[in-house]
Amino acid sequence: MAKSVKVVSKEKAVILFSGDSGDGMQLTGTLFSDSAAHYGNDLITFPDYPAEIRAPQGTVGGVSGFQIHLGNSVIDSPGDSADVLVAMNPAAIRANASRVKAGAIVIYDRDNFTSRNIEKAGYTADPVAEEKLENCKVIAVPVSSMVKEALQDSGLDSRLVLRTKNMFVLGMVYWLFDRKLNFTEEFFDTKFADRPEIAKANKTVLRAGYDYAGSLEELAPVISIAPAGLPPGRYRNINGNTATAWGFMAAAEKAGLDLFVGSYPITPATGILEEFAARRDLGVRTFQAEDEIAGMCAALGAAFAGSLAVTSTSGPGLALKSEAIGLAVMAELPVVIVNVQRGGPSTGLPTKTEQADLMQALYGRNGESPVVVLAAGSPSDCFRFAYEAARIALEHMTPVILLTDGYLANGSEPWKIPEMKDLPPIQPPFASQDEQPFMPYRRNSSTLVRSWAVPGTAGLEHRIGGLEKTPEGIVSYSPENHESMVRLRAGKIARVLEKVPDLQVYGEDSGDLLLAGWGGSGGYIVSAVKELQSEGFSVSFANFNYINPLPGNVREVFSRFRKIAVAELNTGQFAAWLRSQCGGFGYEQINKVQGLPFTTKEIREKCLKILEDI
Amino acid sequence: MAALDSYQYTAEDLKSPQEVRWCPGCGNHAVLNAVRKALIELGMPREQYVFVSGIGCSSRFPYYMNTYGFHGIHGRAAAIASGICIANPGLSVWQITGDGDALAIGGNHFIHVIRRNINMNILLFNNQIYGMTKGQYSPTSEKGLVTRTSPFGTIEKPFSVGELVMGGQGTFFARTADYNMSLSTGIYVEAARHRGTSVVEVLQNCVIFNDGIHDVVTGREVRDERTIVLRHGQPMIFGKEGDKGLVLDGYRLKVVKIGENGISAGDILVHDKKEADPAIHYLLAAMRYPEYPVALGVIRSVEGKTYEDGLEEQITDIRKGAEIKSADDLLNSGPVWETGH
Repeated sequence: MAKSVKVVSKEKAVILFSGDSGDGMQLTGTLFSDSAAHYGNDLITFPDYPAEIRAPQGTVGGVSGFQIHLGNSVIDSPGDSADVLVAMNPAAIRANASRVKAGAIVIYDRDNFTSRNIEKAGYTADPVAEEKLENCKVIAVPVSSMVKEALQDSGLDSRLVLRTKNMFVLGMVYWLFDRKLNFTEEFFDTKFADRPEIAKANKTVLRAGYDYAGSLEELAPVISIAPAGLPPGRYRNINGNTATAWGFMAAAEKAGLDLFVGSYPITPATGILEEFAARRDLGVRTFQAEDEIAGMCAALGAAFAGSLAVTSTSGPGLALKSEAIGLAVMAELPVVIVNVQRGGPSTGLPTKTEQADLMQALYGRNGESPVVVLAAGSPSDCFRFAYEAARIALEHMTPVILLTDGYLANGSEPWKIPEMKDLPPIQPPFASQDEQPFMPYRRNSSTLVRSWAVPGTAGLEHRIGGLEKTPEGIVSYSPENHESMVRLRAGKIARVLEKVPDLQVYGEDSGDLLLAGWGGSGGYIVSAVKELQSEGFSVSFANFNYINPLPGNVREVFSRFRKIAVAELNTGQFAAWLRSQCGGFGYEQINKVQGLPFTTKEIREKCLKILEDI
Repeated sequence: MAALDSYQYTAEDLKSPQEVRWCPGCGNHAVLNAVRKALIELGMPREQYVFVSGIGCSSRFPYYMNTYGFHGIHGRAAAIASGICIANPGLSVWQITGDGDALAIGGNHFIHVIRRNINMNILLFNNQIYGMTKGQYSPTSEKGLVTRTSPFGTIEKPFSVGELVMGGQGTFFARTADYNMSLSTGIYVEAARHRGTSVVEVLQNCVIFNDGIHDVVTGREVRDERTIVLRHGQPMIFGKEGDKGLVLDGYRLKVVKIGENGISAGDILVHDKKEADPAIHYLLAAMRYPEYPVALGVIRSVEGKTYEDGLEEQITDIRKGAEIKSADDLLNSGPVWETGH
């Protein structure tokens, strides 16, 4: 970069890459975020893409976006609106104009703003004027022409040439944020090791975009965002689905068990099964079942046979698995069901995020059928809670439902890599061959957990199943036995409390308003809470990861605040759960069901309204 | 490991403390006895056996065996058993199921377990009726059967178990009848020794809701004429006098009488259960009275790689020279960086 270029320092920025679903925006965003994470920024990403693999070209329905919020300190959410928007076509302007900050930089591919594409996006003439983006710094770039020029001697056909357009804009954004290209160049050298001409073309175009940006006076100044000074250690970028799969692999190794995964592909959970399937080197046994039910049932069979058993799915799949989860409750076998929540009901919004499966997780089975429910709070947090879900399932002989969501699944952030030796031990209650006669439902008197007798072990032969049994394992329709067993199963889940840490409060321990969130929306809420706190409002925040059982100190924490508001991406399911489990508080609600995460602004405005009434 | 002689069980050793609750006269009692006999003959330690079932009368079976057992949910035993087999390929896993459990609610799992050739034995008790729910038609009920849910007769064609097995590229299919202890015991032993999915259709009598449904074929007076017991390497001969046989006539099987129309014993087809091409096995499995005798015995038994072997081989292969050998290796693979040093 020329020395004369002016540089401004910023604390954080939001970049939004947006284009047709075939424009490679997900890769572009991933490359930028990997590079930024490697540079030392904290960040959170939010990929947002349509359910169709290739929706009609140039339409708003086909727009695929990748949002990155990066900063020089801890970043909690992908951010509300963009400081930089890269739009590969007019539809990308249409889809994102409302998410652009005043004064933002908008870079668009002028070659793609043909009258046909403009019309397809629903504009009559000039999208920039129609969206009133005059107060933005709008940079029209002839991306296609520049790419063709850069690769005119490459010998590649025009289709391959134009597929590198995303690297041109990535190069421009690298220049804008004063980033080096080497991290991304190495990526191409590795990815296309056997097709060097493709690696070279991408690197050439990346460099061309970078140099072109440097030649544009109107793009300056360069934005400098310093490293975040994260705690010392070894880091990597990780998304929620990968973190989830890895958490179970770590748990299996710690417990000394084989890992069995029975799953059926379903958006947005498929990435978990793919991660597992790639790990034959760690001995993971994946079984792509014929349907969701078979995935769950095979996992249950593997649990009976002594493996750490997992099934991964999304809401519609959880519905199909519910009868078999009930069997797991009755058989008291350890199995973890991961539900990557998406917009529902029914097929709903497959690629969009929501938190509306909470009631299904808690209650979606016939009979009195309690299970442990956990919810991960951030993409990397999925590792911790997958591990924890496995630990609880194995040590308490129960199904555990782990809730993540579409945002966590696809979103990524830098993660301080843990060491296996630091993770808590996992000790399943294997039956001893001395337990004679073996009774499948004899329980540990303090935890109410039964012991695990694995087929192949002599002397522990026994029969279990969905019919109600006596503690000896004999089928029984006795009214007294049934009630006793129902209460014992519930008591066993309640006693998982010994593993549930106290609820932590972010901010003051008492005050006017406590915002309560759960799972994946915590990051958005905390951004708003930070703003409000800095303005002097008495607002604190608590995020729940343990849903059933709830932490033991909830009532005590809640009683120190004048108001409690529950913020969640549904119409009030966690609020209803709190009312039933922890009544006596007038729970306010902050809800959103648009298939999108909260924005900081939304939370902030709702909080201000609640605070007005205090 | 215990001494070998401790595996020489008696039928008593294989009985669980659970009281058997099938109706008096139900065909299931005979099947239970034949399976216990087969286990005695197999001579494996009883802790290696897992009996898995779904829902229905037959699905109570695991409770009555002093082995490991898992009574599942309706239709899903094949999926549960698949998980058991894959998690621990050393076990001998038996799915006990009925025509409703396996072919209606569990039809999807049934065809897929066969396609994958998972190493388990499926005993399908076919009584052509829903017994546990008190007499509704099943996917194997003959068209026109009058039941509580088909008071005017069914309007559906029945499934044939053997044809489904052949369609799923099954490696083992046999048929027996509940009353025939010696044939059944031998078939169960052979099914257990076959590596892959072994499907045994048991023509079983529901004494309450469909009594005598198989009598037209297997009744004491008619069974010699209306069934044929297939034995590997033996000519396909049947009949009280042993004078009838099967020949191939064009693309179809045909019943002939030895000594008539110039047919001699040498013209009769010889059974080859090991033939990889399933065409003749399909024809044999599909034979129905009155045009044909119903085939009993092991109709098909061919080698095929099991799912479990394929998976174990893949794991072994990929582990050779793999860079990632532990969770720590995995967590530190790919782009990682250090800060604060």
